[in-house]
Amino acid sequence: MQIKESSKMYDAVIVGSGAGGGMATKILSEAGLNIAVVEAGPHFDPANPEQQTQMKWPWESPRRGANTQRTFGDFDALYGGWDIPGEPYTRKDGTKFDWFRARMLGGRTNHWGRISLRFSERDFKHKDVDGLGENWPIGYEDVKPYYDKVDKLIGLFGSKENLPNEPDGFFLPPPKPRLHELFYIKGARKSNIPVIPSRMSMLTKRINPERGICFYCGQCNRSCSVYADFSAGSCLIFPAQKNGGQIDLYNNAMVREVLTNAEGKATGVSYINKTDRKEYTLRAKVVVLAASACSSARILLNSKSPQHPNGLGNSGDTVGKYLHDSTGSSRAAFVPDLVNRKQYNEDGVGGMHVYTPWWLDNKKLDFPRGYHIEVWGGMGMPNYGFGFNANEYNKFFGLKVGGYGNSLRSDVKKYYGSVVGFGGRGESVAQRDNYCEIDPSVVDQYGIPVLRFHYKWTDFERKQAKHMHETFEELIHNMGGEALSEAPGADREYGLEAPGRIIHEVGTTRMGTDPKTSVVNEFQQLHDAKNVFVVDAGPFVSQADKNPTWTILALSWRTCDYIVEQLKMQNI
Amino acid sequence: MDRRESIKSLFVGAAAGSLALASCKPELSTVEREALSTGATNYGRTPEEDAQIAALHAQQFFSEHDLESLGVLCALILPANEDFPSATEVGVVDFIEFMAKDYEPFQTPLRGGLMWLDHQANKLFGAEFKKLEEGQQHEILEAIAYPDLHVPDSERPLEVRFFSLMRNLTLTGYFTTETGIKDLGYKGNIPNVWDGVPQEVLDQHGVAYEPEWLDKCIDQSTRGTQAEWDEDGNLLT
Repeated sequence: MQIKESSKMYDAVIVGSGAGGGMATKILSEAGLNIAVVEAGPHFDPANPEQQTQMKWPWESPRRGANTQRTFGDFDALYGGWDIPGEPYTRKDGTKFDWFRARMLGGRTNHWGRISLRFSERDFKHKDVDGLGENWPIGYEDVKPYYDKVDKLIGLFGSKENLPNEPDGFFLPPPKPRLHELFYIKGARKSNIPVIPSRMSMLTKRINPERGICFYCGQCNRSCSVYADFSAGSCLIFPAQKNGGQIDLYNNAMVREVLTNAEGKATGVSYINKTDRKEYTLRAKVVVLAASACSSARILLNSKSPQHPNGLGNSGDTVGKYLHDSTGSSRAAFVPDLVNRKQYNEDGVGGMHVYTPWWLDNKKLDFPRGYHIEVWGGMGMPNYGFGFNANEYNKFFGLKVGGYGNSLRSDVKKYYGSVVGFGGRGESVAQRDNYCEIDPSVVDQYGIPVLRFHYKWTDFERKQAKHMHETFEELIHNMGGEALSEAPGADREYGLEAPGRIIHEVGTTRMGTDPKTSVVNEFQQLHDAKNVFVVDAGPFVSQADKNPTWTILALSWRTCDYIVEQLKMQNI
Repeated sequence: MDRRESIKSLFVGAAAGSLALASCKPELSTVEREALSTGATNYGRTPEEDAQIAALHAQQFFSEHDLESLGVLCALILPANEDFPSATEVGVVDFIEFMAKDYEPFQTPLRGGLMWLDHQANKLFGAEFKKLEEGQQHEILEAIAYPDLHVPDSERPLEVRFFSLMRNLTLTGYFTTETGIKDLGYKGNIPNVWDGVPQEVLDQHGVAYEPEWLDKCIDQSTRGTQAEWDEDGNLLT
């Protein structure tokens, strides 16, 4: 097979089109650069009627939305998941890591929860507080101007709260809480657990003429056809194209490696065209990796050359190390005061209108780092699974469970909207021994060596999960509810989800000043190759008790400003 | 996160049993008929996904006899009332046929459960389940429709598990049809402007909005106004 070379020389090739790659596409193209964007999946536009799942009804799916085909069910926007046919990965030493991958333009931003939180100064320098992990080489003041710009460009709702660890931004006003959220607020107040309006990137108010305003269908995971929520395609890549950006989009193109020259500098990338299964190369002055933390690490580790025998950027043997995901554990409760509800439309935005940021002092606890609490419930649209165990909560009233006949109709209506759920999402401490590496024995269907994962939770995370359940039980008690399951014990790691399940994996190309212990510098530039940058969550030194997306966006913008400046100065 | 939680309960196993009515020809709305009849969907499938759905529609899993028995059973689980039709009348049997092909672990418990049902009917009343009188069908169902909650699902008798599975599929199938959603009263999936819980609902459940909280929330009369802030992030518009 002959590798097909493109004669075109790009200023930058961007690998991946999610939050980091989408932002890079916008910033670099608007600076006048000539860009190639290489995406492993197909084109996707939520406004395309052929791809739209928003505002569809359950009966339009013969499986009523069940998740037998798509990972999160038929109506979720995402193509991809933890298991992709023909694209395996392996694990060793009893590791349970599950690797989530999107394969579509816009990546995971098409279906994510839109929880958009800023890291605080403490989050960037947490080693100073508890001596664990590592500090970032940058702090809040370095990133704040970019958070501000992201807020104004993309838009999010929230409220100014003046909390030291939850920096405020440029918010649109939040929507009012739903009924079950009022119960949550009341329950949390009893235990002095703070609750504030959510901070999420849906437009409750107009932000620019190109994007629509939320019409409260509660279906952000289906990706918004009027672009009222943030997805990288709708909010970054399409506007960049409309602004006249010189952008060549390569879809269904799976990058294999970064190509380098005799000086060790990158010259472009090679990729497999999934349609004809041939290998191609693209040439560029700058390579920007935004393929997701583990995919970018994989590309670097597979980019071996005489100048980079251990893989590109891996002279310090740090690529793939310090992999960490958010901790997560969940619980749900039946709330008797929420039975027999009057019907009205409470779809709201997709996800919660209120949440609890981390509120305790770890010095008084037996684990480091905190977690926030996400809340769910309400009278959502029926989907596959609705009506299962229809009258199970009869047990709380001493009534018979099961049966048949028309009483089931009234049971379903009686209990509709009476369940409230809680999800704890917390910070784990990055460990060098949690990593991904190349498995030399296994290949994917494109001929590319695959990743192998090694990951163990520590007692830090287990104790944190135990604390989550103690909090959930207190909240359930305060709400007059009945927990739907027993508290998971030590045998189940206190309900701690396997790493990878929360889909916040970060840290595999960590940022730092020392090339021996980090992969990129504070501008997410490889120590080992000055014209290669990583703008996904790989450079995260620690991930806070926050969702990573808003920080990915801010850091990608900051890096792109640096790239433009360095190109002008002819430093790269 | 809703997305994660909403998929959690999907595949709950369960067991057997039931009663019957005469099987009815399903009365479907046009939309339901379209969605059920072929692989040609209109809800954002990729070409590969559409092909997979079409391939499933092209297969037949249950026999004619099974389908008739399912029709009888589904209508016993959720019969018609004064205002709404039975589960069978809105196409739940077609839905179960599709799910059995779509999710292979359902196949043996469902097909075997139906065989068990006929065995039991023959043993007790000397005829197949679908041909029994309704009272006889109820008698069989009574013995399998009430699981012992102290026993984990996986250890319950097979016929109880079969019936629980059938009840789950029947109810989920019914309440995800146009008719079922109307019966339930769900009011969403329509563009609207959310402006809080109606006052009478707040009163009914004994909760209230905190004035300080409401002060932070969107004044919906300004939703169409372009957002502008001062340099401290205070919204000006």
